[in-house]
Order: sequence, then C-alpha cells, then structure tokens
Amino acid sequence: MATKMDAARVYRMMVRSRMVEDAIVEAWAEGLVPGEYHAAIGEEGINAGIIAHLTEHDTMALDHRNTSPFIMRGTDPKALMLEVLGSDEGINRGMSGHMHIFDKSVKAGSDGIVGSGGPLAVGQAYAHTRLHPGSVAITFHGEATMNQGLLMESYNMAVAWNLPVVFVCKDNKWGITTYSKDVTGGDPVSRAKGFGLHVETAAGHKVQDVYAAAGRLVERARAGKGPGFLYLTCHRPNGHFEGDPLVGLLRNPKKQLSVWVPELQGGLVAEGGSVADKAKAMAGVGVRAGRYTRDVALTLRKDPVRRGRSLVSSSVATKIEEQERAEIRAAMDEARERVGHRVGFGVKGGIR
Amino acid sequence: MSITATTTATTTMRYDEAVDHALGQAMAEDPTVVTYGEDVQILRRVLHSRFGGDRVKDTPISESAFMYAGVGAAMAGLRPVVELYMIDFATVGWSAILNAGSKFKDFSAGEWKVPMVLRAGVGGWYSDGGEHAQTLWGSLASYPSVEVVVPSTPADAAGLMLSAVQSDEFTVFLTPKLLDQQILDYLAGDQRDTLDLSHIQPAAGVRGEVPARVEPIPFGQAALRRDGGDVTLVSVGTGVHRCLEAADRLAADGIEASVLDLRTLAPLDKEAIVEHVARTGRVVVADEDYVRGGLTGEIAALLLESDTSARYARVAVEQTIPFAPHLEYAALPNAERIAAAAKSLA
Repeated sequence: MATKMDAARVYRMMVRSRMVEDAIVEAWAEGLVPGEYHAAIGEEGINAGIIAHLTEHDTMALDHRNTSPFIMRGTDPKALMLEVLGSDEGINRGMSGHMHIFDKSVKAGSDGIVGSGGPLAVGQAYAHTRLHPGSVAITFHGEATMNQGLLMESYNMAVAWNLPVVFVCKDNKWGITTYSKDVTGGDPVSRAKGFGLHVETAAGHKVQDVYAAAGRLVERARAGKGPGFLYLTCHRPNGHFEGDPLVGLLRNPKKQLSVWVPELQGGLVAEGGSVADKAKAMAGVGVRAGRYTRDVALTLRKDPVRRGRSLVSSSVATKIEEQERAEIRAAMDEARERVGHRVGFGVKGGIR
Repeated sequence: MSITATTTATTTMRYDEAVDHALGQAMAEDPTVVTYGEDVQILRRVLHSRFGGDRVKDTPISESAFMYAGVGAAMAGLRPVVELYMIDFATVGWSAILNAGSKFKDFSAGEWKVPMVLRAGVGGWYSDGGEHAQTLWGSLASYPSVEVVVPSTPADAAGLMLSAVQSDEFTVFLTPKLLDQQILDYLAGDQRDTLDLSHIQPAAGVRGEVPARVEPIPFGQAALRRDGGDVTLVSVGTGVHRCLEAADRLAADGIEASVLDLRTLAPLDKEAIVEHVARTGRVVVADEDYVRGGLTGEIAALLLESDTSARYARVAVEQTIPFAPHLEYAALPNAERIAAAAKSLA
C-alpha cells in the first residue's frame, strides 16, 4: 500500500545533503580534502525519494557517490566530514576516506570498486529473507556501471533467487569522462528487463516521482515478489569528481586549453597515423566537450532541491533551510578546527 | 647491471610523457601495436590525436572483459597495451592475468605467445584509500610466466615500455601514481592550486631526461642508484626514491648505503642482489606491497638459497592502507622507517 510522501521530511533530507556536499566541495577547493571526491550534487531527488521508504533493517550498498545517501539515512555529518578531511577522529578513524565509508549504525557501506554494490546487495537481501523478512537491500549505481560484469551477474542472481533487492540506476550519461553511449550496446532499461527485473522509471530531479516509483518497487520486494530496477535520469554538474578535467575545460577553458592544445598539436604533427584518423580524433575531442557542456549543467528547472522546495510552503522551506544551515555550518567549522589549518594534503604539517 | 648512458639527444619529460613517448615510437614503427582502456582518448590524448580512434580506443568499465579481450587480441596478432587507472581495478578480472595471460603460452607448450602489455597505475602516498593504493606486484610476480616491470624514473619508464611492447611475453607494466603527474592532475590536482604534493613527490622520478629516440632497456637488470659499503637498500618504483632519502639520512649518521633499483620484479636480477648484499653484509628490502608473500620474503629466500650471509630487515605494508594522509604515510615504507631498519642492523 503506497504511502503519501512527507514533503517536508524529504525536502529536509535534500537540503541537508546539498549543504553537506557544498561544504565539502568548498573545503576540497581549499586543499582540505585529500584524494578524490565525488559529490552527489544533482542526485538528491533520487537519494531522498528512495531512502524515505527505508525502515530499520533495510541495508544500502553504496558506490563512490555516497555522502548524500549516508547523510540522508542519518550518518553524523561531523563524523563524516572529519573522515573526508583526513582526520583520524573521523567516522572510520581515518581508514576509509570518502570512497569507502562504513556506518554500521545506518546499515550502509560504500565501495569504490565499480559495480560491487550489486552483488553485495544480493547477499544482504538473501540474509534479509532469512533473518528479517520484509526488509530490502538497496544499491545505487550509474548507467556506465551496467557494463561491469559482476553487476550484471548480480541482476541475474537477484531474479533467480527472487530476492528483495532494488537496483537503482542513476543515468547521468557519463562514465568518468567517457560518454556512455559510445561504449555501450543497447539501453539500461531493456537490459534490465532482459534479466527479468521489474522496471520502474522516473526523472531523477522530480523527487515525488522517484518516491512513487521507488515505493512500488520497495513494496513488491518487501512482499516477496522479487527484485526491481529503478531507472532514473540525473545531472552531474560537478563532473565525475571534483577537479574533473572536462568541467575544468568548461569553467576555465583558457587554463585547460593552454595545456591540451599544444599536446594535441604535438600528436597531430608527429609521424605515424593517417591524416583522416588524426582529423577524426581531433573532432572527437570537440564532440566530447560539446556533449559535456550540454549534459553537466544543473539548470534551476532540473535542480532536484529547487524543485523539491515548491512541494512545501515557503515558510516551512525557510525554516528547514535555516535549521540545517546552522547545524551543517557548525559541523564543518568544528571539523575544520579539529583537522587544523593546513595547505595541500597535510603531509607537510603532519610529518615534517 | 647498470645501463651505460646513451649518446643520443635527450628531452626533459614527465614520467607519464616518457611512457607515452616510447609507446608512440612503438606505434609509429609497428601497426600491430594498439592501446585501449578506460578514458584513454582523454588520458592518452597525444597518442589519440596522432594515431586516431581505431588504435587508441575507449572501453566501457568492463575490466574482466577488456583484459581478457587483450589476451585474445594478442593471440590473434596484435600487440595490445591494455590500460587500467589502477591495478586495484584489475582484481575484478584477475583471471585474465592469472589464468589466461600468464598461462596460455605454457598450455600451448610455448607455441602460442601472448604479447600483451597490461599498463596500470600502482601505489599510494596521495590519499586515495585502501582499494586505490595497492601495488599487488608481489602477487603478480609470483605467477610462472609473466613479466612485471616497475620503472622508477622517466628514462627507465621509456626504455622499459619499449621493451614491454616489443616483448613476446605477457607483461605487466606498473607505473607508480606518485611519479605520474598526469594521473595526479587528472585525479583533480590541476583544478585546485591548493594541492601540494611536492614534499612527498620525488623530483627525480617525476621528471627527467629521456632519449629522443628511445632504446629498449632489457628486463632483469637492476640499477645501482647509489654506492655505499655499509648496507644495501633494495627496492622498486617509488621505494627507490624513499631509499635514496633514507641513504641521505644514514649518511648524516656515518652509515653509507647502496641503493639497488630492481626495475623488474620478474625477471628478478638475482645476481645483482646477491653481489651487493654479499659486499655490504647488510640488507634492507623496502617494498610498497604487503609484507607477507611478496618481494621481501622472496629476497630473504634468495639470500638463503645462495648461501649469502647478511643481516636482513624489511620495510613493507603491514595493514590495510589508510586514507588519512598522516596514517597513510606511516603505513607505507617511508624514509624514516627504512633508515630505522638499516640502523637496527648496525
């Protein structure tokens, strides 16, 4: 039986997620976040629309874009921030960093190996059928992950064993910096149907649509009617990770081109390779940049948080924003203070 | 042993440019050489603009399929250089390495060779977390028919890459990411000027003189990077530079260290190891791989088998590699740990 979406609760989840991501992205730019960072800005409607359905024993197998689902499920923002900032006081004592966060208290773990969330969720779902019947396992992955064998194997296992799994496909059209359609046969939905998965689709920036579609799949899974595939479109305004070179090409074309153009010209004039191949290759770079320009922009119309705001009254929205802003700011201020002021990766301050 | 310097003209290059320089030379000379992997039309954009999309191909995120496909392509006449961002990602398709690349030649009684190069980044020091920081070369070098190459300088990277492409064997060519400025830039480095790895990046590994016309460097020949009579520090990749740092520290305390760069783990230059360890009577093996079942134990066994009498210590990775910079630094074979191990043999 479908439940009505609590718009204020869902809006709060999205606002909170966005504010945490914004705070981490800001810290990243200041050199406070070591390593890679993959923000889930643009995926809030997806994450909130699904996580709003989850109950106590449900589990989540997350990927590299995991801050948002952790925060929405209830992970302590400051503990997560400390981890991402490279502190040994973080949620995983400095062992995980942002790509491998584990929070047993919210029954969610993440893994940077593309596609591994699928089989992990299959195993969790199998455990649920024996230990907590009626619970579901959720896993999130991108469309490009659907070319990873172990994920495809897990679709089949989930169907063959009739497990309560929901595979959530977030289609942002790009796998790292490669356009997915250039390296993919068929399409995600027909592929999922081919495995016998029950499919629902929605536009990821419309949280109420995601909520409704997710509700149908979660309900089926809880009732023992088998796994589902939730196909959602979304945008990736910050690129694959912070510092994505193609985003750099858009935001600061002069800087990026000053590096790339001489390199590419070098390849063009070097011996070997036909003129036609060289010309095609150069055109390919332009096509990729053009598609990127089209695909990454998060317009107001396609921003799930902005759209979600219209689902609640202005006064409720303002109150939620103020409360969340105060908490998230305080958390980041404290996290920054705990790791200390440092430039770069902190090795300089920490070791020498 | 050490290679004598060539008299050809040289150019200063980054480590990654040196690899591509050699690969480009090989591709220009031999139309059967191709390269493919995730995002290579961006990462290898110079080769892409030079040789086009049929020889420099993007793959889907399908490591198990595209690594096995490399073996198939090599069996059918190509010399593919199959690229992975990191060797950690090979684990989802490890069978292509272990059960195909390293075995098919043997199964065919040496008749059907697999002239494929698997090119992959390795190692940490830049806080990417425990499944993006491993080297796994000890495991790779343990398989019966595989060549494992880990260059520590741009010149070596070029010469060894040319040998790798020309080799008829299945070769794993591992590039320490800390030395590869391009990959560090790609993983976000050049989009924020607040990033500073200069204190842990060995300058001599990141940039150096490379012959304009690359000559192949034979496998199985270690290079003596520093000569000292008190202790031999043995390592590979970034570890060579950590040993050189440690040697500086030891010299300040009156201990003179030799630093031996193995350059390839398979084949292993056993003669050079035995010769230098016998000469100094003390050895520290520094390995950016796990301590158990790897290079450090292999060298201990080699010394025992060859009746080489020496005091021995090892510095390697003894835990899951942490993410936090200070924890990661402490877990990896840093210069302080290597120097302390050397002193413990005094």
